[in-house]
Amino acid sequence: MSSTLTPRRADSIENPQLQQWKASLEESAIAHPPGVFSPAFIQETLALTRRLFIQLQRRPSTLVAGIVQPLMWLILFGALFQNVPQGLFGESQNYGQFLGAGIIVFTAFAGALNAGLPVMFDREFGFLNRLLVAPLASRFSIVVASALFIAAMSLVQTAAIVGLSAVLGAGLPNVGSLLLMGAIVLTLVLGVTALSLGLAFALPGHIELIAVIFVTNLPLLFASTALVPLSFMPGWLQFVASLNPLSYAIEPIRYLYLHPDWQFSSIVFQAPWGSVSMGLALGILVAFSLGALALIRPLISRRIA
Amino acid sequence: MAPAVLIEGLQKRYGEVQAVKDVSLEIKPGEIFGLLGPNGAGKTTTIRCLCTLTLPDAGRLEVNGLSVIDYPRQVRQRLGYIAQDVALDKVLTGRELLELQAAIYHLPGAIARDRIAQMLRLLELEDWADKKTGIYSGGLKKRLDLAAGLLHQPDVLVLDEPTVGLDIESRTAVWQFLRQLHAAGTTILITSHYLEEVDALADRVAIIDRGEVISSGSPAELKDQVGGERITLRIREFTDADEAESARALLQDLPMVQDAIVNSDQGNSINLVVEPNADALMTVQQQLKDADMPIFGISQSRPSLDDVYLAATGRTLMDAELAAVGQRDMKKEAKQQNMRR
Repeated sequence: MSSTLTPRRADSIENPQLQQWKASLEESAIAHPPGVFSPAFIQETLALTRRLFIQLQRRPSTLVAGIVQPLMWLILFGALFQNVPQGLFGESQNYGQFLGAGIIVFTAFAGALNAGLPVMFDREFGFLNRLLVAPLASRFSIVVASALFIAAMSLVQTAAIVGLSAVLGAGLPNVGSLLLMGAIVLTLVLGVTALSLGLAFALPGHIELIAVIFVTNLPLLFASTALVPLSFMPGWLQFVASLNPLSYAIEPIRYLYLHPDWQFSSIVFQAPWGSVSMGLALGILVAFSLGALALIRPLISRRIA
Repeated sequence: MAPAVLIEGLQKRYGEVQAVKDVSLEIKPGEIFGLLGPNGAGKTTTIRCLCTLTLPDAGRLEVNGLSVIDYPRQVRQRLGYIAQDVALDKVLTGRELLELQAAIYHLPGAIARDRIAQMLRLLELEDWADKKTGIYSGGLKKRLDLAAGLLHQPDVLVLDEPTVGLDIESRTAVWQFLRQLHAAGTTILITSHYLEEVDALADRVAIIDRGEVISSGSPAELKDQVGGERITLRIREFTDADEAESARALLQDLPMVQDAIVNSDQGNSINLVVEPNADALMTVQQQLKDADMPIFGISQSRPSLDDVYLAATGRTLMDAELAAVGQRDMKKEAKQQNMRR
């Protein structure tokens, strides 16, 4: 700093308008604490979201890698199983068409699983303290900001995968189906982002968080219907895959690819304990996300730090 | 009028370590209050409890009469907190950081724009506002952090070791700015392990050691309590120990000399504590002249805050500092501080 920070008489430190606003705040603040979805909550959430998008804009490598990676999955993994006889993968006409739904969900899931990392680094660098000493309406704004950001990323990735799948011969679902696919991706992303942020608040440091991400990521992929149908798996794995929330996002999307005339009562897959309809699968996804939010609530809503 | 900050019987333990044993202090509106103590004394933990970052085990904490524990949100709106390590997002520009800061304090748009411009002008950051903070120098970062902490016009500004790691010029500039804030009526709580910093800035000071307040008052009061004046003298530029010792014995005999020691760390200089007396220097010089001893240098001073600390703890702040550094892994602790909640 230069030593020329001399007081300039013209510049007062006080700001009369701000003073006035503060005074009006004092009266109302104790009587009406702002909650989730108050104007204050929306203001802080938008500002936190904006920060994430500014970071993305100035460091676009995450976005580029986030699009290139699933497309490589689609091409390389698709090629591995290209010559599998038709019919092995249920109704899908080719493996590429089968795989598309799995890659969409897995990509969104992996992005959401990593959502806690930037928050963990903010914590370690002390930036999070800047937020924690501020009168946030609710710390859920940190969660919502991350979820909005990851959701936007996931939708861009999903669009890229849908586009490439179409080129590879998987066909293009109609607009209604595409919208429902978007909603499915967003619901899953919200739940997984919440869990990841909960971990970012609960675990001691980024090493531990990365370890958790590492042991969660691929096992959840292999224990889902992303790469092969349930009928391919041994009984115990069918059981595990039918408990995996990823399957409840993958199977509806896969069904949407094949059935433009879907209904909520349409059976999207056969779990070991019975058939799962479109409506039930969506209900389970929503329940998963709400459950995740409820689970992290005690961590996020602590009054003191 | 309620005190700006009231802390009573604060206690905080982290596992085995009793970080704060018993801290009580009261800060009047508009004053600069200094919390002085060596590293590890419990200053930062005290600050973290006050700023709602750490839940204390026991004690009463109030800001402008509002309980920190019961009304953390209202207290946050009234406090501005400047952490020891400046945490900026290096990808954001200074202005973008301030915009984020304005939003998390819920300033309305028009007021926020006005206030951001005002703070950028006040801290002379206008030329840097639209550059990423990643390229800022240490002094610039601190200035931006000050702008951010003051953006919502807090009633009380809390600064944890504000000038650690800054060059002398930047430090002087921060001091000057804090004086300016003080003149405008802002209440300021500052922690420091630099004696000069607290001496130069604080209206009142609490000296904290091993989690307890051991002395508090205005710097002048504290020095008066310790009493006496200091005379430091050198017989030669480098005096040998025997000669210094005989001079010491000689001066010890003077009735006005309360204490005399040979300081081997400072080239065997002789440190005297004397009764406040206009002729003290003359008397000392005469005594040595009568014994045919030369004088290389002689100076008189009032007791420093270090003497206050020495009188209360039996060790100098510097010794405490060195002992603390020897025992502790400061880097690890800084990280843990951020993680503790």
